[in-house]
Amino acid sequence: MLAYIIRRVFQSVLVLLVVGLVAFSMFSFVGDPVDNMLGQERTQADVERLRDQLGLDQPFVVQYWRFLEQAAQGNFGLSYRQGRPVAEILMERLPATLELAFVSGLLALVGGIALGIFTAIRRRGVSANVIMTASLIGVSLPTFLIGILLIYVFSVELGWLPSFGRGEVTRIGGWTTGFLTESGLKALILPAITLGLYQMTLIMRLVRTEMLEVLRMDYIRFARARGLREKSINFRHALKNTLVPVITITGLQLGSIIAFAIITETVFQWPGVGLLFINAIQFVDIPVMAAYLMMISVMFVGINLIVDMLYFAIDPRLRVDRTAGGH
Amino acid sequence: MAEIQPEIRPSRLTRAWDSDLAWSFRHAPVAVVSAIVVLVLIAGALLAPLIAPHDPFNPATLNLMNGFTPPGQANQFTGDLFLLGTDDQGRDVFSTILYGMRISLFVGFSAVFLAMVLGVILGLLAGYLGGWTETIIMRIADVQLTFPAILVAMLIFGIAKGITPPAYRDQMAIWVLILAIGLSDWVQFARVVRGATLVEKNREYVQAAKLIGRSPFAIMLRHILPNVLNPVLVIATISLALAIIAEATLSFLGVGAPPTKPSLGTLIRIGQEFMFSGEWWILFFPAATLLALALSINLLGDWLRDALNPRLR
Repeated sequence: MLAYIIRRVFQSVLVLLVVGLVAFSMFSFVGDPVDNMLGQERTQADVERLRDQLGLDQPFVVQYWRFLEQAAQGNFGLSYRQGRPVAEILMERLPATLELAFVSGLLALVGGIALGIFTAIRRRGVSANVIMTASLIGVSLPTFLIGILLIYVFSVELGWLPSFGRGEVTRIGGWTTGFLTESGLKALILPAITLGLYQMTLIMRLVRTEMLEVLRMDYIRFARARGLREKSINFRHALKNTLVPVITITGLQLGSIIAFAIITETVFQWPGVGLLFINAIQFVDIPVMAAYLMMISVMFVGINLIVDMLYFAIDPRLRVDRTAGGH
Repeated sequence: MAEIQPEIRPSRLTRAWDSDLAWSFRHAPVAVVSAIVVLVLIAGALLAPLIAPHDPFNPATLNLMNGFTPPGQANQFTGDLFLLGTDDQGRDVFSTILYGMRISLFVGFSAVFLAMVLGVILGLLAGYLGGWTETIIMRIADVQLTFPAILVAMLIFGIAKGITPPAYRDQMAIWVLILAIGLSDWVQFARVVRGATLVEKNREYVQAAKLIGRSPFAIMLRHILPNVLNPVLVIATISLALAIIAEATLSFLGVGAPPTKPSLGTLIRIGQEFMFSGEWWILFFPAATLLALALSINLLGDWLRDALNPRLR
């Protein structure tokens, strides 16, 4: 178990080093940093001094190490476009993205599990079949079209919900939240559905398949024979054993929620880090791109690591297999 | 061959018609309908210069008075009729969709081709040579797989944009898109081909080829490759739908095809601005076309996967 965890941590660090290399290469090879930082009026001496200051005359490995040191402290320099520290801009934008990701993740999980159980128990019912067919269409729709469709129905035609922005936000320390105002909550609904729908259908189909499998097992038949109530069989006995794969998939999907937030944030002009990243690409703002890349890599790798360990903690069979197999 | 003994050997066409694949195709109505939709759309894109009623990229033929003509109604100033209406600049929506599909399909096919060639070569090398080659290739694949493909594509697009001089950016955008989507999608191919190669390389025919002294590259390309192509074909079809959606997404986000050379995604981006003022057709028709294209290719891929899987027969 310990060896396994150490190996996984080692792998994660390796991934981060590779991503760091990509981010560092962006700084070194996309445009000349000296060119970007000095204006038109510069002397050769200025250039030399800045080169020296930035350590550009050092060997590649030394430069890379210094970049990693700086990155670990959250220092990515100034945004080419806004002229402010990148870390500051990211921190300002992060709450919006995290709140959106949290709500849509919750929606996907709760909605997915509930619908999954429903479609599994009422396998032959009409409404279950309707839900399954609808989910197929939902999977084929590109995220941005779902967003546009929702805006068209609920903002343009019905006029119930806002089509862009975060509404009114409340500032608590360094965190801004839209949870406390009515307009903030209203603004959250459409983006959260857009972002969560795909994950919801995914979780729903997974829960359904797993439930159908488990419901066929002997211990469920035995529970029925003992005369337990249907509710208790479905939720206490069957559901528990479907949750292992659900947790893995949900954990891994958390990463893609953050990535797909880029699309949702652009459709709804949601002021989060995803919109920042898209704007950075449009204006070739390398420090912001590099910092965003590093930030979500740390998130992805961290999530993967935690999911792996959870998997281990939840499923006792895995532990036995590992030690018996001598891995 | 058919020319030498025409009366004994059936023609290629007859043999193709009698094959298992064709039989399964004829008996899958969903696949037939999807194939027809895809073929009609591809034909429309290829023949766009011939069948498009207007040339949307020739400013001389545009009349601003024709702007915002609803579909199927005569324009109130000029009396011109447009099948699917016009956009703000008086461009015929039907024509822009035909030309937009050309770009969407071109990017989609090219990107999948790039991903396929790259993935098949790396997969063959990793599976056949093993050792360090395999470790390095599959580690890179693992790292890339940690990140969603669309994110990788965005990043490659951003970097490539930074490298190209500003004056060439619009011109290069299409090629950069192909590169970005292609490079973001090779892992699927590489993993499947590597897995299949690991199985094939222990077969007798490979051992025999080794014994008669064929070079490793000849064995990989002439002997193993033809035997691992079935799953590659399935992945390529499903990848095509994903690549077309990825291209549309990137273009919609403004990091893809430029407005001067609009793809379906760019058209949707443009149309979105007019959604609030009631000109729904500028948005609706490109979106519906994209959906029909992606959905039919997806359904075709699903059918192909089942048809080529011997266990499901």
